[in-house]
Amino acid sequence: MSITLYLPKDAASLALGADRVAKALGRAAAARGLDVTLVRTGSRGLLWLEPLLEVATPAGRIAYGPVRPGDIESLLDAGLAEGGAHRLRIGRPEEHPYLARQQRLTFGRCGIVDPASVEDYRAHGGYRGLEAALAAGPAGIVEAVKSSGLRGRGGAGFPTGIKWNTVMLAAADQKYVVCNADEGDSGTFADRMLMEGDPLTLIEGMTIAAVAVGATRGYIYCRSEYPHAFAALNTAIAAAERAGTLGADVMGSGRAFHLEARLGAGAYICGEETSLLESLEGKRGIVRAKPPIPALKGLFGQPTLVNNVLSFAAVPWILEHGGPAYAAYGMGRSLGTLPIQLAGNVRRGGLIETAFGLTLREVIEEIGGGTASGRPVRAVQVGGPLGAYFPESLFDTPLDYEAFAAKKGLLGHGGIVVFDDTVDLARQARFAFEFCAAESCGKCTPCRIGAVRGLETIDKVIAGESPRENLALVTDLCEVMTDGSLCAMGGLTPVPVMSALTHFPEDFSGRGARLPLAAE
Amino acid sequence: MPGRDLGQASACEPWDAERAAGIIAGHARREGATLPILHALQETFGYVDAEAVPLIAEALNLSRAEIHGCLTFYHDFRSEPAGRHIVKLCRAEACQAVGADALHAEVLARYDVAWHGTSRDGQVTVEPVFCLGLCACGPAALVDGEPVGRLDLDTLADALTERAA
Repeated sequence: MSITLYLPKDAASLALGADRVAKALGRAAAARGLDVTLVRTGSRGLLWLEPLLEVATPAGRIAYGPVRPGDIESLLDAGLAEGGAHRLRIGRPEEHPYLARQQRLTFGRCGIVDPASVEDYRAHGGYRGLEAALAAGPAGIVEAVKSSGLRGRGGAGFPTGIKWNTVMLAAADQKYVVCNADEGDSGTFADRMLMEGDPLTLIEGMTIAAVAVGATRGYIYCRSEYPHAFAALNTAIAAAERAGTLGADVMGSGRAFHLEARLGAGAYICGEETSLLESLEGKRGIVRAKPPIPALKGLFGQPTLVNNVLSFAAVPWILEHGGPAYAAYGMGRSLGTLPIQLAGNVRRGGLIETAFGLTLREVIEEIGGGTASGRPVRAVQVGGPLGAYFPESLFDTPLDYEAFAAKKGLLGHGGIVVFDDTVDLARQARFAFEFCAAESCGKCTPCRIGAVRGLETIDKVIAGESPRENLALVTDLCEVMTDGSLCAMGGLTPVPVMSALTHFPEDFSGRGARLPLAAE
Repeated sequence: MPGRDLGQASACEPWDAERAAGIIAGHARREGATLPILHALQETFGYVDAEAVPLIAEALNLSRAEIHGCLTFYHDFRSEPAGRHIVKLCRAEACQAVGADALHAEVLARYDVAWHGTSRDGQVTVEPVFCLGLCACGPAALVDGEPVGRLDLDTLADALTERAA
């Protein structure tokens, strides 16, 4: 009898032993003479259940997790092939409460398809967006993106359609489409999951963008901390070229789009779009002053469309279903879906794609089940290392760009990092400066010098040295960095620092030198 | 696969200027070739030798200062060989939330190294990294390019043993 099994090769699943499970499965199948086909997928994003093993049955896929190598024999004994009962049996994944309440538009195929297979991609609805785009033409595509209300999912939230329109209208012999896949924010992993689990959706989105703006060349700048995503991109690009959906003649349309994945080299600042362009040009990743904006003068001085992974990946769905269908999700001016990444000290961490508007409390308590340590939640940092630390009193804030800005926070890339009551916010504020000092590109003084001075001054506070005066100095310094920095790195470092100071002042006062500092 | 820092350092070739020149020539016509070249050299030799700088500068018609500036700007590139195994430990907030700082102090003490240092027996180089995208299963690490989640001293030792096998 032939059995089809699905097991992720997503980096998080690998980190939790998926390859060891695959090996154990191979050995057990050989010993029992079973005919097993193992499809390596991405992850569905229920990360506390990884490695999640699924089996194809007449009633749909049945999942088991978290599976360890030692569980394979008992799973086979329990009738894994028929979806038999076992203590690890989850049932149909889509009926799991974690997934059932989600609205998966961008991540609809992630964890389901073989990421390297164009056939599988098509069988699950892939390329319908590109077909619609080729029929609609550049102006039609831009109109669809505008009417969807899509805002850049990289963090700044700029309206995507307006950016696309600018590049479309720019006159040049050569234009570029560049994907910013340098998601370096702690607590975010949606880009990585999508690139590993469904890279063809990103590639399709970029191809649609290329048709819209008239670009024939494109780059995906992928951070080097994601070696598995980089490998998955290269595999998928080669597969798309073989299938004729990418390359000299995209789907027989006569339009060319050549796409290449490039590897970054460990610099957080290259997630800033102008630094990224410098890096792609082979230079130090130093921020460029704007204007000119990259849409008019970007890569090698040519008009360049730069978007984040999730922005491009939202586009195939929008073209297939229409802009208004996408805009029907969300709240206020935050339309469509937001891939939320729940991480840190949380019981059920993972990827949650749903319309904007859930509150932090719903995500942390209802979906995440509170902390993994079982201790009370004390703080959450939303939006990466440049995002604010929120106390429990702000947990009813809805996930919406404007609602977060109103509380002096930022939604950023949708990463939520949970801390229990053992967290020390003075130390987290110190880390924010330390990180900025390590990762500043050095071009502007507030960021380059300010971060170092901030670190020194916070250390004095922690040591109990004139805390009131030194905190006043930190506050003043933060104002200079906010107002005077050239880009978001220096400009937003004050956000975690000041939020920690504002909401958790007790961590900054009167405790002398008892705080152990991070190992240097 | 260009530029993947996945291989064990022990699998690297000794520095050879002629071999390096060949690698550089293979990438020189690409747009913005500097990073792909530096990655390819490091993948081959385990580090980027100072002798590579004038070779790249000449091939790309750039100044030595430009290449040196690029080489030293990015955290990934090493100017001397690393140990047999490279352990990258995530120091970012999500891992901090599950005790990474204390664990890192233990790891550095266990292998008697500072950040970026190599253990005296040449077996392990420990490097800091900011976010591996394994934020829901931290503390996280990359051991010779392979991800490890829910890291502690034992799982790290196991991963190193597995990589050595």
